[in-house]
Amino acid sequence: MDKDKLERITGQYEQWQEEAGKAKERKTTFKTVSSRPIKALYTPLDTEELDYEKDLGFPGIYPYTRGVQTNMYRGRIWTMRQFSGFGDAYDSNMRYRYLLDQGQTGLSVAFDMPTIMGYDSDNERSLGEVGRCGVAIDSLEDMEILFDQIPVDQVTTSMTINGPASILWCMYLANAEKQGISLDQVGGTIQNDILKEYIAQKSWIFPPEPSMRLITDIFAFSADHVPRWNTISISGYHIREAGSTAAQELAFTLADGFAYVEAGINAGLDVDRFAPRLSFFFNAHIDFFEEICKYRAARRIWARRMKEKYGAKDERSLKMRFHTQTAGCSLTAQEPENNIVRTTIEALSAVMGGTQSLHTNSMDEVLALPTEKAVKIALRTQQIIAYESGAANTIDPLAGSYFVEQLTDQLEAEAEEYFRRIDDHGGVLKAIDQGFFQQEIADAAYEYQLAVDRDEQVVVGVNRYNTGEKAQIELLKIDPEVEMKQVGRLKQLREKRDNDAVNRSLKALKDTAKGPDNLIPKILDAVKVYATEGEIVVALKEVFGEYKEKPLF
Amino acid sequence: MTAKKVRVLVAKPGLDGHDRGAKVVARGLRDAGFEVIYTGLHQTPEQVAEAALQEDVDVVGLSILSGAHMTLVPKIKDLLKSNGMGDVLLVVGGIIPEDDAEELVKSGSADQVFNPGEPLDNITEYISGKFYK
Repeated sequence: MDKDKLERITGQYEQWQEEAGKAKERKTTFKTVSSRPIKALYTPLDTEELDYEKDLGFPGIYPYTRGVQTNMYRGRIWTMRQFSGFGDAYDSNMRYRYLLDQGQTGLSVAFDMPTIMGYDSDNERSLGEVGRCGVAIDSLEDMEILFDQIPVDQVTTSMTINGPASILWCMYLANAEKQGISLDQVGGTIQNDILKEYIAQKSWIFPPEPSMRLITDIFAFSADHVPRWNTISISGYHIREAGSTAAQELAFTLADGFAYVEAGINAGLDVDRFAPRLSFFFNAHIDFFEEICKYRAARRIWARRMKEKYGAKDERSLKMRFHTQTAGCSLTAQEPENNIVRTTIEALSAVMGGTQSLHTNSMDEVLALPTEKAVKIALRTQQIIAYESGAANTIDPLAGSYFVEQLTDQLEAEAEEYFRRIDDHGGVLKAIDQGFFQQEIADAAYEYQLAVDRDEQVVVGVNRYNTGEKAQIELLKIDPEVEMKQVGRLKQLREKRDNDAVNRSLKALKDTAKGPDNLIPKILDAVKVYATEGEIVVALKEVFGEYKEKPLF
Repeated sequence: MTAKKVRVLVAKPGLDGHDRGAKVVARGLRDAGFEVIYTGLHQTPEQVAEAALQEDVDVVGLSILSGAHMTLVPKIKDLLKSNGMGDVLLVVGGIIPEDDAEELVKSGSADQVFNPGEPLDNITEYISGKFYK
């Protein structure tokens, strides 16, 4: 913009500010849900430094601020992928087939807590938890039931599993082979992001070092044998749910991403051999514009660092592909129907931000796992955005907005500042050990709660317009029989399988764990002879030990 | 108000890792003047009861978001009783459906269940009301 014009606009802005200052505002400050102050008006003065070619460019072209595909949703709508799983493998298989029949285009498996923590269903620690907040999977037999009549060469599957990701992945691959599908035809994602477990989600098994080794073993095995698989889904979702701000979610997730890149390089892998299969997972919270800017900033930071710092040359290594889930923590137990509206706004921000796949929460998820009716409304929400709203007609529709571009820049700058602070701590693993992320998130969560309690942050139906009515919606109940049935089937499995083969495979696994070789082939051998998840975890714990957290609040 | 500070154990029994609520409540109680001990994650019922005994607490607050509350809460209550701590105030928070909350209170397993969206002040006032009269 020429100098004269800029000066004129500056003068007019100051005039406007004086006029606007005379009128009383509703509040002293206007803030995002992350406590970020927002100005009354954004103008060309806020985007003076913006360089279209350098900072935005075109969709599918570096630095990908506007999107990773050249034609985005005009080519193909995002994948509608509802996270789901409950009870035993039979129950969840039925739900998956229902969702596919309703037009869902990918699967996403929620495991129960014992599976996530590496315990078999008959372990003492699993008591009361089997099939409660996800599906119980103990062995390859359960995985076969879970995907019965689902062609895994046509449907991609995402699995939310971290500490024992290698084991559940091997079960999935072994099942595909049994369906007669070769591994290079199998596509999907494992979350496999252990760093955010230590930081926020807190479902870990092994200490950081062997956990990082399992992850790089997966990178290497997948590059050779399962090229369509996303080997990791580097997740900000849980960091945000644990109470972080948008800027913290952005910064900590990307810092984790770079830590995995460095781990891969240090394990001797060429960056372009594994980086194209790295994927991301973000939260879509309720503050519409801040979320959209977060996704745009994320793509730009990733592309720039991968190119400039890590020397990636393959453009697929530079493109940040991500899944988004609407914010569970934004939903309310009071008047749960309102959650449909919240989820719609959040889902729209993910679409405006260029997500590759999306999960919309069901209105009842703050109370229990969703009923079939609630999950259908959640899926329909995505379909309405995709096919009725017009949001998918044009790419990155908010680009060029003074507000959106300024906020995108601001988020990028804040993330860079966090990267410096993490470096000062000695990197991600040392910062975890020192409780840096954990304390930052705990502080933000507490600040948010105080803002809600002081009515500075309005939550409709909770601290404003609260009628005190009890929620009148039907909830999904998990039959306590599920646990007994699952434990019974596990007992039968242990009797009917070849236990000598199981013991041999576990011994071979332990021997390999003590040396430098890739562990994945040994884990595959073990799951194929029906060693259980818990047995494999116990074997690895003997070599690797267990992680313990220093609690803080 | 009595001179002695009321001691509260905030505990996370079960396998889920959702510690946001537990930590926010622990901090709110500390800021309200209670003596707070936080167990950290993934505690067995035995570990929770043992910590309550060792720390000689007046209140045990359990946070459960995994759906295992109907198993874990009664078990912890029984273990507290067998430690001679049956009169400790036992409060629960997390994802607890209304029917389950009623049953936990009716059966005597819990004294109170707090739902999502509960203001911190309500929790501190409830506990204060039981000890400072």
